Amino acid sequence: MRTVMTGNYASAYGAKAARAEVIAAYPITPQTSIVEKLAEFVSSGELNAKFIPVESEHSAMAACISASVTGARTYTATSSHGLTLMHEVLMWASGARSPIVMTNVSRAMAPPWSVWADHMDSVAQRDTGWMQFFCESNQEVLDTVLMAYKVAESRDVMLPAMIIEDAFILSHTSEPVDVPEQSQVDTFLPRYDPEMRLEIGRPMGFGSLVKPDLYMEFRYKAMKAMESSRERILKVEEEFRKTFGRSYGGLLDEYRCEDAEVVVVVAGSAAGTAREAVDAMNERGVPVGLARLRTFRPFPEDELRNLAKKVRGIAVIDRSYTFGAAGAFYTELCGSLFPLRERPVVKNYIAGLGGRDITPKIIEKIIEDIIDVSERGEDVEPEWVEVKGLDRSWQ
Amino acid sequence: MTPISDTPSTMNKTGLWRVIFPKVDEEKCRRCAICWKFCPDAAIQLVDGVPHIILDFCKGCGICANECPAKCIAMVEEGER
Amino acid sequence: MSKTTIPEEEYAYPGSTGCPGCGANLVMRYLLKGLGERTVISIPACCWAVMPGYWPSHCLKVPLVYCAFEATGASISGIRAALDMRGERDVTVVGFAGDGGTVDIGLQALSGAAERQTDAVYVMYDNEAYMNTGIQRSGATPWGAWTTTTPVDESRGFKQEPKKNVMAIMEAHGIPYAATVSVGHPEDFVKKVRKARDVRGLRFIHALSPCPPGWRMNPMKTIEVARLAVDTRIFPLYEIDEGVLAITRRGKGKPVSEYLSLQGRFGHLTPENTAEIQKVIDARFEALEARAARKNLSPSFTQLA
Ligand SMILES: Cc1ncc(C[n+]2csc(CCOP(=O)(O)OP(=O)(O)O)c2C)c(N)n1
Ligand code: SF4
Ligand SMILES: [Mg+2]
Repeated sequence: MRTVMTGNYASAYGAKAARAEVIAAYPITPQTSIVEKLAEFVSSGELNAKFIPVESEHSAMAACISASVTGARTYTATSSHGLTLMHEVLMWASGARSPIVMTNVSRAMAPPWSVWADHMDSVAQRDTGWMQFFCESNQEVLDTVLMAYKVAESRDVMLPAMIIEDAFILSHTSEPVDVPEQSQVDTFLPRYDPEMRLEIGRPMGFGSLVKPDLYMEFRYKAMKAMESSRERILKVEEEFRKTFGRSYGGLLDEYRCEDAEVVVVVAGSAAGTAREAVDAMNERGVPVGLARLRTFRPFPEDELRNLAKKVRGIAVIDRSYTFGAAGAFYTELCGSLFPLRERPVVKNYIAGLGGRDITPKIIEKIIEDIIDVSERGEDVEPEWVEVKGLDRSWQ
Repeated sequence: MTPISDTPSTMNKTGLWRVIFPKVDEEKCRRCAICWKFCPDAAIQLVDGVPHIILDFCKGCGICANECPAKCIAMVEEGER
Repeated sequence: MSKTTIPEEEYAYPGSTGCPGCGANLVMRYLLKGLGERTVISIPACCWAVMPGYWPSHCLKVPLVYCAFEATGASISGIRAALDMRGERDVTVVGFAGDGGTVDIGLQALSGAAERQTDAVYVMYDNEAYMNTGIQRSGATPWGAWTTTTPVDESRGFKQEPKKNVMAIMEAHGIPYAATVSVGHPEDFVKKVRKARDVRGLRFIHALSPCPPGWRMNPMKTIEVARLAVDTRIFPLYEIDEGVLAITRRGKGKPVSEYLSLQGRFGHLTPENTAEIQKVIDARFEALEARAARKNLSPSFTQLA
C-alpha cells in the first residue's frame, strides 16, 4: 500500500507490521503521534497487542524489558528527556539482552527548552549497548523498524535497537511511504521465539548477581554480539532488498564517493539536504561525496577507514556537541582513522542544534571549506557553523 | 545472554557460616513442627515429625531454639555437638 | 508425621545468602507456600536481589527476573502483558520489593501499576530501612529508630519523622485487596496470600520483616519480635478487602516497650519517648478498630469514578 505519511506514522506502521506484542510508552513532543496511532491500532483490534499506559519513560523501558524477558516482541518510542530519563534502563535492556525496538524522535535537551531536531539525546546513549540507526526518510524509518527487529532478535545479536528520526523534520513531515504487504512482512520477520524466557516450569533467575570472576565474560559476550551485528545488519538488509526492493547502504551509506576527493559525513535527515548539495557541486565539477552514518552503533569503522584511504578531506557534521571534547561523530571517526598511516584532513562542523536548519547553502559552504583546509593540510578546530552573538550581554 | 541462574542454591553451603549449632533433644520433642515452620532457610527436615537439622545449610540463627515451646533445642558451640 | 499448620511444600531451596535469622527469607518462603508453583517474580535492587546467590545459583523453584531498583511496578506490568499475550492468564505475577524500593524510589512505578490495574501481587517486605546498602533510613523507618543516616548523637537523636503509611497510600488507589502480614504469624500470612492470589487487579501485601543486623538484635529473636510487633499493635494485622477493613488479629495489647527493648536500634529512647510512641499506637489502633467496626466502604474504593 503506497500512501503519504509522517515519520511518526511510519514508525507506528512499522511496529504494527512487525506485530509488536507489548507496547509501553509515555507521551513526549514530538513522539506523541506514534503512541497515539499505536493505541488506536490496539484498541481497534488492527494490532493484537497489549498497550501499557505507563507513568514514565523509565517505566516504559522497564516494562518492555520484563515483557521481552517473558518472550514478547516489544516496542516503545520516546524523545529527548524521555530517552535520557531511560538511561539506566537502556543499559539494563542491553545487559538483559532484550531485543527491544524503540523509535527515538531525536530532539534537543533543555535548558534552553527546545522541542526541535538535535542529536544530543541519541548520541548521549552511545554507551548503553543499543544499536542505533539514524534515518533519512520516512520510508527508511518504517523499513528500519522491520530490519531492526530481525537483526536484534537474531541469536548471534540479541541486543536492543534504536531507530532515530529527526524531530519534526521527519516526525511531522509527510512523504510517500510504501507500507509492505503483511504476508511478506510475516515471512521476512517470523514470530519472536527466544531460546530462553521467563517460563513456568523452568525456575531460573534472569539477570542475576555475578562475581568479579565472571562479570567481564558477560560483557565480552555482549561486545561480541554487537560486533556480530555488523554482518547481520548487512545480511538482513540484503534479504530485505530481495523481498521489498529497497535498501539503504548498510552501516555507512556512501553517495558519489567513488571519485570524490572530499566527503561530507552526516547522519539523519540532513543527509537528504547533503545529497542535493553534493549533486549541485558535482555539476559544477567539484569532486565531493556524501557518507551517511546510518548506524552510529555499531560504528562503521572499517567502512570509514576504507573511505578515508581514497579522499584528502572529510567534513564531519555533528548535530550535537560533547562538551570538553568535540562532536561525537567527529571524535569517533578520528579514532577509527588513527591506525591509518596516512590520514585525510578531518574537520568538525557543529550545525543544526535545537532545530536550526542545515540548508543546502550551509552544506555547500562546509564543502568549500573542507576543500580549502584539506588543500592547506591544516590542523583544525571544530567550527560552530553560523553561530551568532546574543543581544544580552549578561547571557 | 544475560546471566541466567539455573542451579539450586543448595550449591551454597551456608552451613559454613554457623558458629552456634541447634542441638535437638528428640525425647523432649512434641512434634509440633514449630521449629520447621519458622526456619528462614528451610534447613529443617521433619522426620516422623522430629526436626533434623540440615547441616550443610543451617546458619545457626537460633530461631528454632527460641521458638520451641518444649525447649528441646539448645544452641551449643560448633565443637560441642 | 505431625500436621503442619502451613503448606509443607517448599518453593525455596536452602542456601540463600540472606543473613542468619533474616525475616525476608521467611516472607518469601510463606509467600510461595501460599501462591504455589504457577508464579513468576520480579525483584528490584534490595537484599533479595542478592539472596538467591551468585550466578548460577537460584534459590527459588519459580522463575525470577531482576529489575532496576525503582522499576518493580513497571516490570510486573510488562510481565503480565507478555503472559497475557501468550494466554497464560492463570500465572500469578509477583513484584517483590523492599520498603525503600516501594515507598521511596519505586513509589511512582507502583502507583502507576495500581492505577492501571495491573493484575499482579505486589509484596513489600518491610525491614524498615535500606538494608542492602548498610542500614540507611527509608521512608518506612519508624520515628525514633537509629540508622546509619539517622545517627544518635547529642544534637539529634534518631529518625525524627514518622513512618510512611503505605497501606493508606495503596488503599487510596482503590485496589481490590491490601493486607498486612507478619512472619510471626505464618498461618494468617498464607491465608491472606491465598486470598490475594484469587482476586484480579493489583493486590498489595505489606510484610513486616525483622532484620537482625539492621535492627540491632539477636537473630534468634526474629519471630519473637515479629510477634511482639503484632501484640504491641505497632504493626497490626488487618486487610482491606474490596474497600472493607477487617482486623485479622487484635494482638494482646502489650506495652510497646517490650517490642522496642529487644532492638538495639531503639536502645537510646527515653521512657518519655517510649510513652509518646505508645500514645500514637493506641490512638491509631483505636481508629483502626472503629473503622473495622463500621465495616464501611473505603471512600477510595469505587467501581468507576
Ligand atoms: C537507582 C539506584 N539507586 C540506588 C541503588 C542502591 N541500592 C541498592 S539496594 C538499596 C536499598 C534497598 O532498600 P530496600 O528497598 O528497603 O530493600 P532492603 O535492602 O532493605 O531489603 C539501595 C539504596 C540502586 N541499586 N539503584
Ligand atoms: S540485612 Fe537484613 S534483610 Fe538483608 S539479608 Fe540480612 S537480615 Fe535479611
Ligand atoms: Mg528495606
